[in-house]
Amino acid sequence: MKDLLTLFTVFFRISLFTFGGGYTMLPLLEKEICEDLNWADKSEIIDYFAVSQCVPGVIAINVASFIGYKRKGLAGAVAAAVGVASPAFIAIVLIAALFTNFSDNAVVRHAFSGIRVAVCALLAKAVADFYKAGVRDLFGLFLFLASLVLSVFFSVSPVIPVLAAGLAGVLYKTVRRANK
Amino acid sequence: MNVYLLLFYEFFKTGLFAVGGGLATLPFLYEIAAKYAWFTASRIPDMLAISESTPGPLGINMATFAGYNAAGIPGSVVATVALSAPSVIIIVLIARFLNKYKDNFYVDSVFYGLRPAVCAMISSAALEIFRITLVHTDKFGNLAQFFDFRAILFFAAILILMYKFKLHPIFYLAGAAALGIIFRF
Repeated sequence: MKDLLTLFTVFFRISLFTFGGGYTMLPLLEKEICEDLNWADKSEIIDYFAVSQCVPGVIAINVASFIGYKRKGLAGAVAAAVGVASPAFIAIVLIAALFTNFSDNAVVRHAFSGIRVAVCALLAKAVADFYKAGVRDLFGLFLFLASLVLSVFFSVSPVIPVLAAGLAGVLYKTVRRANK
Repeated sequence: MNVYLLLFYEFFKTGLFAVGGGLATLPFLYEIAAKYAWFTASRIPDMLAISESTPGPLGINMATFAGYNAAGIPGSVVATVALSAPSVIIIVLIARFLNKYKDNFYVDSVFYGLRPAVCAMISSAALEIFRITLVHTDKFGNLAQFFDFRAILFFAAILILMYKFKLHPIFYLAGAAALGIIFRF
């Protein structure tokens, strides 16, 4: 029971300080899950994002469920998912019930403009750290660049480069094994 | 049909078929807006803006908001649970499978290929946030106005502090919020 509560509070905290989409939770995952708690290493986190990107559902909930499942099975997955969902839920209910003009407020706007710059800096460092964990050889660099070009210049859905890269990985490794 | 059942049905469906995260739920939300009186399509951009400046994943923000409009707090609970349930079920099934086959050659090779692509997706998401925050794309012709120098300076300062003092990200987020208010970003 204590482990489930820990899972809940850790993901509650991560979600509380995640502003925006799924990838903005990365710096917090890195700090809490990889560095402080040692629950998963960076390449595992990348794997979780990889699967989460290709299957249905909210990415943050998917990643949390993975880590929760790894710790404590099904109950762990539910505890982590509820932890991620709760801050979002509470914030929106408060805004809908009490501060209907929340995002028009000048103080809120200035605070979030500041926060967005911090999110940029946090993401820049996280991108560098996860790149080191995820791209380990020349073929990896090729897949990285090809996917980046597809996503930045052709704005294709992330599912396509991710699935194509998975297939490329199998082909590359199969050919290499055959040549050994 | 009962409004709670309808909410559950619509958001479970969204959670089950929206592949690729928060923004992928948008087409489903437009469909829901057209079908029910829970919220109008013109509210969706506002909901997006609110989601960006509140904690937590975008998809959950959206479901909570729609559920609240439809049937108050109980409605928002139903919509949020319905949206999250498919995620948890699917991931538990996949995690079970992966545990069993993690040493399999093909599973290993797929992840070998997936990892660089996911790093690219992370970089692409970061670039998009940089674009919104650090430059003014509407002033592309004028270099002096294109870069938001104050934001870039602030960005560089935080980055240096982060590498120098390995503090928890929450510290930098809170500090940036305070500075944003003081210097009217």
